[in-house]
Amino acid sequence: MNELKAQLQEWREALLGRMPKAPGWIGGRWSRPGAVLALALLIVLPLLFNESSGFLQATIIALAYVVMALGLNIVIGFAGLLDLGYVAFYALGAYAVGWFASDFLSGENISVLSGQHSTFGIHLNFILVLICAVIITSIAGMIIGLPTLRLRGDYIAIVTLAFGEIIGTMVINGSNISIGGGMTLTAGNLGISSLDAPYFPVAGTFGLLNLRPWYWLILVIAVMCVFIAYRLRDSRLGRAWIALREDEVAAVSMGIPLVKTKLMAYAIGAAFGGMSGVFLAEFNGTVNASQFSFSFSIFVVSMVVLGGLGSIPGAILGALLISYINYYLIPDVFNTLPHTFGLNFDLTDLSIGIYGFLLVIVMVLRPQGLWPEKRRKRELAGLVAPEMTELAEPSQVNVGGGLDQGGMSG
Amino acid sequence: MRDRTAGPLLFLRKRIGSWGLIIALLALPLYYTIHDLTAGYQAGLTASGHPIIHHDLSLIGFNVVEGLSNGAIWALIAIGYTLVYGIIELINFAHGDVFTMGSFTGASIWAALGLTLATGPLGVVFGLALTLVLTMLITGSLNVLIERVAYKPLRNAPKLAPLITAIGFSFVLQNVGLLWQGGNPVAVADLINNGHTLFHISGVQIHNRDVLAIGMMIPLVMALNWFVNRTAAGRAMRATAQDPEAARLMGINVNNTISLTFMLGGMLAGAAGIIYALYDANMWYFQGFQAGLYAFTAAVMGGIGNIRGAVLGGLIIGIVQQLSDYRLGTQWTEAVIFIYLILVMVLRPRGLLGEETREAG
Repeated sequence: MNELKAQLQEWREALLGRMPKAPGWIGGRWSRPGAVLALALLIVLPLLFNESSGFLQATIIALAYVVMALGLNIVIGFAGLLDLGYVAFYALGAYAVGWFASDFLSGENISVLSGQHSTFGIHLNFILVLICAVIITSIAGMIIGLPTLRLRGDYIAIVTLAFGEIIGTMVINGSNISIGGGMTLTAGNLGISSLDAPYFPVAGTFGLLNLRPWYWLILVIAVMCVFIAYRLRDSRLGRAWIALREDEVAAVSMGIPLVKTKLMAYAIGAAFGGMSGVFLAEFNGTVNASQFSFSFSIFVVSMVVLGGLGSIPGAILGALLISYINYYLIPDVFNTLPHTFGLNFDLTDLSIGIYGFLLVIVMVLRPQGLWPEKRRKRELAGLVAPEMTELAEPSQVNVGGGLDQGGMSG
Repeated sequence: MRDRTAGPLLFLRKRIGSWGLIIALLALPLYYTIHDLTAGYQAGLTASGHPIIHHDLSLIGFNVVEGLSNGAIWALIAIGYTLVYGIIELINFAHGDVFTMGSFTGASIWAALGLTLATGPLGVVFGLALTLVLTMLITGSLNVLIERVAYKPLRNAPKLAPLITAIGFSFVLQNVGLLWQGGNPVAVADLINNGHTLFHISGVQIHNRDVLAIGMMIPLVMALNWFVNRTAAGRAMRATAQDPEAARLMGINVNNTISLTFMLGGMLAGAAGIIYALYDANMWYFQGFQAGLYAFTAAVMGGIGNIRGAVLGGLIIGIVQQLSDYRLGTQWTEAVIFIYLILVMVLRPRGLLGEETREAG
């Protein structure tokens, strides 16, 4: 028995010496006290600000984007599937609220712990809506994933993009699609307003004058998602994703089920997006069809890549940074800066330009992202063969369907 | 091995085979051809107020012609995507905005030259030729500049890093366009009398703009083909696309070759921008977004990395777009185009004319 233990210990040490270590603040000695302290700080944070301050509002939105970025990081970062149609899941999550927590489906009259006293429409409790959204979006994620299974890297990008746009078009034209009982699928560009705010038995219904409960709610969701993301990454499924990302052929020959593994990545990533969509819709109080455009997908992709592909702290950092820049720094803080220099324009006139410029600068200076995954950092430092750095491309042997003789002639 | 893992789809593809692809591609035009011949279509009202119903092919012919001329614009942009993808495997998201810059630059140049419809045909032709050359040089150089600043430093970076800088430059160019021409669509001088019916082919109207778009696309694509296949620089491009490392060892300056590729792509985008501005006598800072999306779709549908494929994809998307605009309503067009794309991708994962590669196999 002792021999066995000694042997195991030896193997363990050999493995630990070669395997990437978890980031210091996760696996290190200070991880637990550090995490508790950080969490405590995050919990008391809203008490330091006015209960309806702009900063708090920006923080709430930023945390919702953290959830989105974590979800997309699973699809792009872990599994290496370049998904450019993430907006689809935001839309479905938001419409789950429109369908199950508002007066919109006026032919029905169901109310479950919603804190609402409306006589028509479906009104479910926030948690139930969240569950509905998770179910809807994971199924949608798998449906979107199916046609991409055999495609390689960038073809996946365009097919997912196509699905995102199709769903965007569907919700815009949804006011023309009847689902019986005089009801339509969506309200189109008019939008569904009068969405229920989250209601919990003790806390009551959330109001927009006091943003703190919203903050704590999204904090709970975000922390839960961070936890799930870490557990997934280190699970059997997570290792399968990474194996598929690095070399699909080798991974499949080692017995990793390709279809199941890829579809799980799509489904879980989609579920995160759906949850965030539910929260954002209730926070905004309205679901407007025109907000679900391709730009939103690239917004989230840029968070994930800017933070560092496959890195969970990176995704969090990227999401916080980009949403603060877009929802707080440019419109609120620095907007009047040109005026203080005697220049006659608002910074919001330049906001997309500044945002684009920042993306270029950050990526050129830190191509690996702001907080790269340990493994990828080592790859970039040249410790692993350079061809391994390719994402979603098993090898660099052939440059795609390159400009070869046959393709270019005629 | 991978075929077995994707069982249901393979089964579908085997059953349907290449016929499925042909049926899918022809579904929309065939349906409306039969519809026009049997149920007919309304063309105006009689003096007594009754609708006139025609049973012929001129409406579908008109849709196809308009589709081809629209598609010619998408094809020119798609070539830029396909060239860049073929050589550095990058989806150049800034390309659509280079196209927008082409429209803006072109319109500014012909306004500066003082061209209007009253200038007379000879003046317009020479003025437009000068505009075309200048615009193509400017947009080509702009594309090279973007490549030097945003993509070249990232040659050895993770694959998605240049994608993000591309998106970044797309935003920067959109902002430039926004400051340049404002947030609303801008009308430009209609130099070619775009809606004028030049001639009929068995009942199908051919407008000036159709002749312009197709008549400019064909020589440009032929010139590009000649350049890529018949010149030393073109050979260097093909070599670099096939294997950058081997090309470098053979003495090809890979960096210059990549810049040249961006130059060509930018020039075609500039030409497309001019055609677009003349076609509708209208332009908008955000036009490059949708155009870029359609053109990228066209490039992928045709088989990315393949010039003929990009042209074919562009023309198909133009026709699908016109049919959908005319028959189903513009609000459905985007969805219809993307459903077509997904069908093609499912039935033929490497695109219509794409080569079978190891990875796609």
